[in-house]
Amino acid sequence: MSSSPIRAGYNFAYLDEQTKRMIRRALLKAVAIPGYQVPFGGREMPMPYGWGTGGMQVTAAVIGHDDCLKVIDQGADDTTNAVSIRAFFRDLTGVETTEQTEEATLIQTRHRIPEKPLREDQILIYQVPIPEPLRFIEPSEVETRKMHALEDYGVMHIKLYEDIAQFGHIATAYGYPVQVNGRFVMDPSPIPKFDNPKMDNSPALQLFGAGREKRIYAVPPYTDVRSLDFEDHPFEVQRWEASCAICGSEESFLDEVVMDDQGHHEFICSDTDYCRTRLAQQEESA
Amino acid sequence: MSTQPLLQVREITKLYAANKGCADVSFDLYPGEVLGIVGESGSGKSTLLSCLSARLAPDSGSIHYHNRAGESLDLYSLSESRQRQLQRTEWGIVHQHARDGLRMGVSGGANIGERLMATGERHYGNLRGTAEQWMSDVELDIDRIDDKPTTYSGGMQQRLQIARNLVTHPRLVFMDEPTGGLDVSVQARLLDLLRRLVTELNLAVVIVTHDLAVARLLAQRLIVMRRGEVVETGLTDQVLDDPQHAYTQLLVSSVLTP
Repeated sequence: MSSSPIRAGYNFAYLDEQTKRMIRRALLKAVAIPGYQVPFGGREMPMPYGWGTGGMQVTAAVIGHDDCLKVIDQGADDTTNAVSIRAFFRDLTGVETTEQTEEATLIQTRHRIPEKPLREDQILIYQVPIPEPLRFIEPSEVETRKMHALEDYGVMHIKLYEDIAQFGHIATAYGYPVQVNGRFVMDPSPIPKFDNPKMDNSPALQLFGAGREKRIYAVPPYTDVRSLDFEDHPFEVQRWEASCAICGSEESFLDEVVMDDQGHHEFICSDTDYCRTRLAQQEESA
Repeated sequence: MSTQPLLQVREITKLYAANKGCADVSFDLYPGEVLGIVGESGSGKSTLLSCLSARLAPDSGSIHYHNRAGESLDLYSLSESRQRQLQRTEWGIVHQHARDGLRMGVSGGANIGERLMATGERHYGNLRGTAEQWMSDVELDIDRIDDKPTTYSGGMQQRLQIARNLVTHPRLVFMDEPTGGLDVSVQARLLDLLRRLVTELNLAVVIVTHDLAVARLLAQRLIVMRRGEVVETGLTDQVLDDPQHAYTQLLVSSVLTP
């Protein structure tokens, strides 16, 4: 793959080389200690916090001329956030972009992991709003760091306990806490818990960037990622009674879409590339 | 009673300024024994308690704790993780203000279950059962198990704090003015409860109080502190009925009798 020229006056991938090095050093440390949150000197990006500045900085630090970038937002390639970030990197790196999961070498994502299993030569980059899984119960950063250091994770189960006490089952549906490599408890970013099993022993490298909180963490390939649960309330993923209204998939993560003012609704795949690929295959075989 | 002391305190000193803090405190605490630390505000009682419970490193002196496994542990040479482990398994810490000792954002049941979850209990049904058992043991209405402690009264919060601490069957409990801020009738109920639990569970307790009535009711032995120093020690009845030191005499004579 070859890259086309970039916008004049900008460095390759927006950030200057020293900043990219700094982020890469943080990434190396993060890969060396799976699930550990490495502080890094987060830079201002030309968009607001909460729109994926952390993920973009990680992407900018690892992207090279031969890469092929895919950006998804809630599984979709065609939402505002995904389109703009893709356009940003096309402009400022000139690398090829794609909407197809299997073509991409880098996938920056918000809220989903692609349905198609990832490969060893792919890197998945998550945009993370709140990297600290203990934050909901312990507001102090000093204390949460100490809790991580001492593996003082009893409080993590309190959240799940409260769910069961209140709703009769573990109602946490996204950002479901995981333990990485039997050590650090990690917030998997707000992906649905449906995607948690995909993180476990994934052949792809998974990188997490939190721009506002200035933290980077990672799950190296083939690393054990276990979702927390209780013996009598084991971890379960979401199931739907419906199937995708477009491609008919019964395995993928479905979004509910309101169709009209009469309250009619349909379920469709949240992963647009997966849905499109299936549809194309069905048309071919028909 | 075992002859091996649970806690051996030798010449503990922690001074913030001259006579502020505690100086040169030594004593032994045996299993099942209740030790009261009394004295006026600012006499160093709470500082001493913090030192004893591994929450505040003393300037000098040593504290040895004899654990369940029969090892003698030098508290301040233990790693922080071992200290925390002790605090949540073999010890309990009851704070004066229940808010300091409770997680106000989660339900009563979760508060009781936290230590169990921290020590590896992963069965919801068991956690729930234990929480209910302890709710009734400390005379809390089981229907309130899923309510947050913010909706509890002061006395209820204090009882919840006690349940939360006792759930892992500690051998040693540190209490800092557990009845402070409660009205007299609630105080009496809490004291009854404490006395019952201490006897039933054969707990060793170090209780800090400025209330001599509380000390007389619960403690078998007393340490009287003033300006950071121990001025008198002895059996509770002996110290209160026949105070030797001038300050203790003052303390005893200052008690109001309605």
